Amino acid sequence: MRLLSGDTPRSTVLSVLLVVIVLALAFAPFLFPGPLAYRTYSTICLFTMLVLSYDILLGYTRIISFAHAMFYGIGAYAMAIALRDLGPTWLAIFIGLAAGLVTALAVAFVIALFSLRVRAVFFALVTLAVAVGFMTLVSKLYGFTGGEDGIAFSVPRVLGPAFKLTEEPLAGFDVVGFLTSGDAADSVFKVRTSGMLLLYYGLFVAAIMVFLGLLRMMNSPFGRVCQAIRENEFRAEALGYRTVVFRTINVCVSALIAAFAGALAALSLRYINPESMLSFDLMVNILLITVIGGMGTLYGAVIGTALFVLAETYLQSLLAMAHEATAGVPVLPALLDPERWYLWLGILFVLSVYFFPRGIVGQLRARAQARSRTRQAASQPK
Amino acid sequence: MAGHDKRDDVGMRLRQALDAYPHYLLLAVVAIASFFAMPLSVWLSLTVAGLAMGLILFVVSSGMTLIFGLMGVLNLAHGAFITVGAYIGGSVFLMLVGWPPLAAVSHALLIFPAALATVVAAALLGVLFERVIIRPVYDDHLRQILVTVGGAIIISELIVAFWGAHEIPLPRPDSLRGSFVIGGVAFEKYRLFAVGAGLAIYWGMLAVIHKTRIGLLIRAGVENGEMVQALGYRIKLLFIAVFAAGAALGAFGGVLWGFYEELIHVGLGQQLLVDVIIVIIMGGLGSITGCFYSALVVGLLTNYMGFVAPTFSEFSSIVLMVLVLMWRPQGLIPVVKV
Repeated sequence: MRLLSGDTPRSTVLSVLLVVIVLALAFAPFLFPGPLAYRTYSTICLFTMLVLSYDILLGYTRIISFAHAMFYGIGAYAMAIALRDLGPTWLAIFIGLAAGLVTALAVAFVIALFSLRVRAVFFALVTLAVAVGFMTLVSKLYGFTGGEDGIAFSVPRVLGPAFKLTEEPLAGFDVVGFLTSGDAADSVFKVRTSGMLLLYYGLFVAAIMVFLGLLRMMNSPFGRVCQAIRENEFRAEALGYRTVVFRTINVCVSALIAAFAGALAALSLRYINPESMLSFDLMVNILLITVIGGMGTLYGAVIGTALFVLAETYLQSLLAMAHEATAGVPVLPALLDPERWYLWLGILFVLSVYFFPRGIVGQLRARAQARSRTRQAASQPK
Repeated sequence: MAGHDKRDDVGMRLRQALDAYPHYLLLAVVAIASFFAMPLSVWLSLTVAGLAMGLILFVVSSGMTLIFGLMGVLNLAHGAFITVGAYIGGSVFLMLVGWPPLAAVSHALLIFPAALATVVAAALLGVLFERVIIRPVYDDHLRQILVTVGGAIIISELIVAFWGAHEIPLPRPDSLRGSFVIGGVAFEKYRLFAVGAGLAIYWGMLAVIHKTRIGLLIRAGVENGEMVQALGYRIKLLFIAVFAAGAALGAFGGVLWGFYEELIHVGLGQQLLVDVIIVIIMGGLGSITGCFYSALVVGLLTNYMGFVAPTFSEFSSIVLMVLVLMWRPQGLIPVVKV
């Protein structure tokens, strides 16, 4: 419990989900074979960090930023440019990471300084404009950032697919294959202990550290003040807290973590472009995950990201089935087109803003609380 | 001593003028600075292009700033309204062009029924949007922003579902193609048309806001909505009307922009939204006049920079916005305190 900073899941269902997700991610390379699965579980780790860092802004302090994808992109581009220009060395990785973090911190500080003093709406608008401006700048500065084509680069050999940690590949067990075919012997596959595996575990450990670190931060006196600002800024200020300072620190920390996640993403993908690192779609995804998962809980970021990435990768085939099943009906097929899954996500998002403002995690916790209350009431003697 | 006083007087007057008319100053600075950076003929045609773009931007932005000014709703789905407008206007126009009984009518005239249809449809959509999406979250900025982003996703996905994801070419009618050449300087006809349309809307809006009873209520509502309610006016109805008008203005701007680019695609509104946001922040959230001048400034600057330093043409307006905000944190002509 010390590890979770006293902020436990407080819901059985949530705990179970969390354990399943963490276990699945911890053994993912040994449970899910194939490059698509590798991409999926790496993305879950990366996005979890990104969404966690967004949650401390949106969920805990009520700051709406549209520049979060920009910070992710800054981290990724700094790493990519360093590795491209300095060659695949550890020094380049270090320089790239440092450059990304420093740039993100500086940009976040400047934005925070001149737009956090005014109302929340203003910060949202300014970050939106700056983020899109940054993206157009990146796509136009062809010589430096590779423009729309992006940057492909190589990483140190230890982190690449050619490196072998052990001579013999390890054994893995294909869970999905086993569940569909039921053939245990056939489901065993070989896991190559390449640099990719190493890198994935780097991501996994980083995600866990970020989660625990932010949980610690948000359950500290600092986090309490942030939540006080969320609930009633005027009152927090009246109690003697300089809210601008707290919000600025929050924005900077969040930007640093986003840039860190971006740097790791660049290492993991070995190719970046504005579309995948900076686009407004990415930003909207972060927003959707944070809200649907549950704002201001941090657990919501983990659950939301896992669900979202899985849905993005695999739900579309489900929709494709529905699409074919309704081929005769006039309008339905167009709406059930697998490409249109985003429409349903948008509707889900709007509904969850209205009806479950605390998202999945909030709902689960509310249910658990209600149940324990009825149990208490029942056990009390009349 | 007298001379000293006089200098002080001039300085003070200058400062007062700067304070009262920051928009003229900004416009003059942008226009004059660029005047020395390029040949005269280029400057002239870029100025017309910039004014055209600026006026279209104004039409697009005015709806959003009006909605914010009156209701305090930051409608991030405005970009989606722009796109819807371009699609509806474009399809109605193409339909009318292809309709045999109208073959003899000049295509330029067909823009008007198309624009009318767009405005009506967008106003209806605006009413629906206000009722369904925005009304439940009137006094909560955070949820408004989230909900309108969600609404924007839904609208643009529906557009793709109905019209498809491909780009639709929208050729301008022949009579609006080509350009006038005056003294060796080319002025594109459509740009002049857009300038005319934009100015008409600006003056029309000013007339409505300053001369009519509804305008009076709108101004009063921006100042103090509760007081208007206390005096017995149903401000909710006013909200609906303004929201519909705002959506219609955005959609009409979308039609103008569609013909300007001669191409309609799903990302159209989203692309414009950034410029719109710059315009309304720089102009002062909620201010129509501020919106007008800052739209002109952004239009001109983008065009001039497109000639001087194409790489930074889009980035320059953001830099300008940051500078303006450092100078006047509430925008050029502040109306609503942010």
